[in-house]
Amino acid sequence: MAGRIGALAIAAILLALTFGTLALVGWRAGAGAGGFALGPADWAAVRFTLMQAALSALFSVALAVPVARALARRRFAGRGALIALLGAPFLLPVIVAVLGLLAVFGRAGVLNSALGWAGLPPVSIYGLHGVVLAHVFFNMPLAVRLVLHGWQAIPAERFRLAAALDFAPGDVARHLERPMLRAVLPGAAVVIFVICLMSFAVALTLGGGPGATTVELAIYQALRFDFDLSRAALLALVQFALCALAVGLAAVFALPAGFGAGLDRAAAPFAAGGWRRWVDGLAIALAAGFVALPLVMVGLRGVPGLADLPPVVWPAAGRSVVIALASCLLSVGAALVLALAVARGARWFGLVAMLPLAASSLVLGTGLFLAVHPFLRPESLALPVTVLVNATLALPFAYRILLPEAQGLEAGFGRLAAALDLRGWARLRWLVLPRLRRPLGFALGVTAALSMGDLGVIVLFAGDSAATLPLIVQQLMGAYRMTEAAAAALLLVGLSFALFALFDLGGRRGVAA
Amino acid sequence: MLQLERVVLAQGAFRLTADWAAEPGALIAVMGPSGAGKSTLLMAIAGFLAPAAGRILWNGSDLGPLPPGQRPVSILFQDQNLFPHLTLAQNLGLGISPRLRLGAADHRRVAAALDRVGLGGLHNRRPAQLSGGQLGRAALARALLRARPLLLLDEPFAALGPALKADMLALVGEIAVETGATVLMVTHDPQDARRFAGQVVLVADGVAATPVATADLFARPPQALRDYLG
Repeated sequence: MAGRIGALAIAAILLALTFGTLALVGWRAGAGAGGFALGPADWAAVRFTLMQAALSALFSVALAVPVARALARRRFAGRGALIALLGAPFLLPVIVAVLGLLAVFGRAGVLNSALGWAGLPPVSIYGLHGVVLAHVFFNMPLAVRLVLHGWQAIPAERFRLAAALDFAPGDVARHLERPMLRAVLPGAAVVIFVICLMSFAVALTLGGGPGATTVELAIYQALRFDFDLSRAALLALVQFALCALAVGLAAVFALPAGFGAGLDRAAAPFAAGGWRRWVDGLAIALAAGFVALPLVMVGLRGVPGLADLPPVVWPAAGRSVVIALASCLLSVGAALVLALAVARGARWFGLVAMLPLAASSLVLGTGLFLAVHPFLRPESLALPVTVLVNATLALPFAYRILLPEAQGLEAGFGRLAAALDLRGWARLRWLVLPRLRRPLGFALGVTAALSMGDLGVIVLFAGDSAATLPLIVQQLMGAYRMTEAAAAALLLVGLSFALFALFDLGGRRGVAA
Repeated sequence: MLQLERVVLAQGAFRLTADWAAEPGALIAVMGPSGAGKSTLLMAIAGFLAPAAGRILWNGSDLGPLPPGQRPVSILFQDQNLFPHLTLAQNLGLGISPRLRLGAADHRRVAAALDRVGLGGLHNRRPAQLSGGQLGRAALARALLRARPLLLLDEPFAALGPALKADMLALVGEIAVETGATVLMVTHDPQDARRFAGQVVLVADGVAATPVATADLFARPPQALRDYLG
């Protein structure tokens, strides 16, 4: 009963946060001088947002296919580690990745140094191609894992049969691989499209200017630089419409599960030899280099600066850790209540738990900004709002991790617990927490790392005194203090992965059979 | 006294009716073909399935409003009768206090119950470290501690060999006598019914029949029982 009331309360809060802020945003947008009419700059932002998301999805998926095929049919030392590495960008703070990409592709980066040495003109990373490059960096690995999952879902017996029938590699592709890709790729592309539609930090750092402003970035500029609340609200409405459209689109395609990949089959599959071996090797090497090189560069540039980090870094790091801890506890707690309610048959709570997927950080932020600014200075609420928004946005991930485990718990032990009158706090303490220790630890780790690296709503609210570590990194970067930025970024990565590892290992330890 | 007052159980197209009472302290075997509704009957008495019509009464009061854990009932399921992440002592302790707030006297009761079922000294083991027979004994020890006047067994010993099962049934009989409990036990095996139960409820063709003395039933088996025994 208490669980049911808790689930209802959480559902009410989530509905208020998503639809309540939306209503506020809509009301404010309608109250503006221009009504609901979009200006030419706004349309440009919409076009750019859609184009960069489409290109990012296209390139991510197209590049992922050869890499996933190579990983599916080759066995080599370090293959498991490489697949694990491909999971890392999901937890990597965006600002750190941007810094790494700048170190490779930026003005003074590795690529331009090489071009200059060869007497060629330098390339610029800023603008559309920079935004797409960063999005491909984040989402190509995700696409690889999704496609690899599809490849591994083809039963080994099919490949055995193909070998017995003397299929050439082209025949295998036609009869086995292309049907699988047709089923998997649209879903993967749509997921990435949605992610890129809502990405803010990449556009903030690599985009900008009239030709490369996303809707989210335009919201930020309207709110922070022009203090044009009506325009910010109107743009937030547009962004919500785009997201809702994309999430609706995603619902049409069967969404592949994002966490399942990386299984290993013991026996090596039947793999084509000859030149294809080299192509596969090249695909794997390029993908590994593409993911690892920016991170290595951040490390190389950051280590010398670690000794004398600017003093603002430390309190910011402290704030970030506090925000991460608070929001991961809030998020996972709420996700657990909802997952348990769904496992007991109240299925509509599941829809509520997925609702934040359609909300973006800046839309929520704009709504909350509009809600508080008549009464309080937004800066004074920067940290609580960041905690709340981070917890909300991470909730669907935590929910998806916990739901199958909660369902297993209910199926396996629900009746026994009821027969023994195990209810409320006693049920939580003696049944739920010990049985779900491992997924709870994992979910806490994921949400803590996501929150630690988040550079979204904080930029709307932060004054000079409440900066988080990602914001400090961005500010150092903006001031071209690259060594200090890299050092702070290194600290940020270290703290993010430490939080993740701490929770994840804590969940695994002491788990009874 | 357990009383089923014109009870109708419904699950989709499935229907089962029952209208009878069980004598206090009776040992009753519940028999019938698979899918006839033997487990469904027990689940309804335990509170996991609300009757579509009629009432289930204990000593004259309706059990309907009570959740499973607050009924005068202990139930042993086919499997998963113990929490695998808790020790035996904790699993038994849940029978005394669901919040596991146990005093020194409670711990002594747990130890005594373990001794009683032949598991003395194993209080720190987890279920994974026990054999199937030991798991059954532990679950019975918890039922002993809960001391509810109605004990429902949904084939908890079905996976055990014949000798072990006979031991367990003997133990059930002893515990029933000690606590004065009424026992309803689902079984497929006519041997179990003959050896253990004074009465049999035959569940077939949508009806859970009134309990009949076991000897009489097997002496003059009705058509449904003859079909079942083959």
